[in-house]
Amino acid sequence: MNNKQSWIDQRFPLTKVINEHLAEYYTPRNFNFWYFFGGLAVVMLIMQLVTGIFLTMHYKPDAEYAFASVEYIMRDVEWGWFIRYMHSTGASAFFVIIYLHMMRALLYGSYKGPRELIWILGMVLYILLLAEAFMGYVLPWGQMSFWGAQVIISLFGSVPIVGPDLLVWILGDYAVGDATLNRFFSLHVVVIPLILVVLVFLHIVALHHVGSNNPDGIEIKKNKDADGIPKDGIPFHPYFTIKDSVVVVGFLWIFCAVVFYAPALNGYFLEAPNFIEANPLKTPEHIAPLWYLTPYYSVLRAIPPLFGSQFPGVLGMFAALGVFFLLPWLDRSPVKSIRYRSPIYKWILGAFVVSFIMLGWLGVQPVTPLYVLLARIFTTLYFSFFILMPWFSTLGKTKEVPERVTG
Amino acid sequence: MSEQTIDLKKRRFLTKATSVVGAVGVGFAAWPFLSTWKPSAKAKAAGAPIDVDISKLEAGQLVRVLWRKKPVWIFKRDEKALESLDSEDLIKNLDDPDGTGNSKNQQPNYVTSNFRAIKNKESVAVIVGVCTHLGCSPTYRPEPGAADLGGDSWKGGFYCPCHGSKFDLAGRVYAGVPAPTNLVIPPYQYVTDSLIRIGVDQQKT
Repeated sequence: MNNKQSWIDQRFPLTKVINEHLAEYYTPRNFNFWYFFGGLAVVMLIMQLVTGIFLTMHYKPDAEYAFASVEYIMRDVEWGWFIRYMHSTGASAFFVIIYLHMMRALLYGSYKGPRELIWILGMVLYILLLAEAFMGYVLPWGQMSFWGAQVIISLFGSVPIVGPDLLVWILGDYAVGDATLNRFFSLHVVVIPLILVVLVFLHIVALHHVGSNNPDGIEIKKNKDADGIPKDGIPFHPYFTIKDSVVVVGFLWIFCAVVFYAPALNGYFLEAPNFIEANPLKTPEHIAPLWYLTPYYSVLRAIPPLFGSQFPGVLGMFAALGVFFLLPWLDRSPVKSIRYRSPIYKWILGAFVVSFIMLGWLGVQPVTPLYVLLARIFTTLYFSFFILMPWFSTLGKTKEVPERVTG
Repeated sequence: MSEQTIDLKKRRFLTKATSVVGAVGVGFAAWPFLSTWKPSAKAKAAGAPIDVDISKLEAGQLVRVLWRKKPVWIFKRDEKALESLDSEDLIKNLDDPDGTGNSKNQQPNYVTSNFRAIKNKESVAVIVGVCTHLGCSPTYRPEPGAADLGGDSWKGGFYCPCHGSKFDLAGRVYAGVPAPTNLVIPPYQYVTDSLIRIGVDQQKT
């Protein structure tokens, strides 16, 4: 055994890699519930890759056959419905996990130095994941696939000067059609997954280089014992590999309940009009994107056209996403964790979370004057959180951060 | 070359020059790949004009046809509807009623201003049924005074379910809705009194 291991180690740094990332990667011992979601996100990525590969074996990326081939998977392929519902439920579950993963970063200041690059890589991953999910939703070629694609791609047509040409270039035709479907298939199953896998790798390498943050927002590397091991650290393997595997089992239990008993989740995971084939002559009565996109969709709807162009709304929508990138530099608080932040900061963070959820809820509602007004108020609150952060993050009295982790 | 000195300045220049040439090469090599995303010859050829028979079209009725993969509405407006299109009551609520402002490129120059149809054939409208906001196809709501669309101020028209834009029965956009311009009138002509050809401009007479 040792012989074999050293034979490999002379040719590939196997032991070194295992030690660096598992056996001798020291993780803060005070991790709580919020720290489940990074590992779960990796599990979801693998699940989406595997189920996606098997769906590709039966799906036909052709406007003529796409809808029928999905129905074929659902009815005629053995266990096809199971693979398909795992994939569609998986997409939403992935976003539930990612949003909680991001919430953890907001709560414990995980985006603050020295973890800015981890945060930026994570944000790129999040945006790519949104694109991946959107394109995946187009593939079944139902009514929502078609009209969702129509609306989202039209956003690019509003860019001044080059917009109309850009639109035709993205569509590959003068309207959403077979060309669009075919290229989305390529992007959804090859291009974006490849980039996602590479970026997840970089995200983890960067994390393991600086070390994990924790609910106290203390750098455990500052307190090492005689052997150079952080006093508050425990090796990732076996401690967290075991703990996380229990979490994965618990998660899969809930996941399976949805897959088996409510795969459409009342229209939130799969919308009813998407069980009707795409019809370019008729827009469904009520159209809304899937839940994970709705906060940004609300921002888009909240901003009125200016100078005869809807471009400001589109710009606002992308700004709502892009502004997250600046978080490490907008937050001027001396402490990381919410546990030691000033009371006023806690209230403002709470208001931001409420705004985000309300924007998400408004995004699935029909347009009425009251809802437009509400969307405008919450859009203002949303952006105020970022714009005013350099100011309010220094306000109020923070609590003293202890030397060692608590709990 | 007995003396081995390194000219760092020259080395930096050569590095930069090589990088620039390389980047240009990458740019040229990318072009064919990016070009594959443009509409193919087949897609371009599919834009031929279509003929629609309107001899059976009743007042208030609307038919949808596909032209260049977009929905086109052909519908007949009755006397009352035409009257309302001309009334100040409606026009004051519109963003660009005569199509000279934001919407000046949304119609051919041979359609009349308030009805947006070919002269002497004003009752029949031909409009591309694609919302100018984000491309949904608005719903036909011809009944004046519909309670959910603003009651008395609603004179009949089209309502976009996606983002709530409103248009009148000539496809003109209401002020203060997300859509920035009037709906597009495609080029069309009458081949005979009951046959419309969409995609070809009316001949000058």
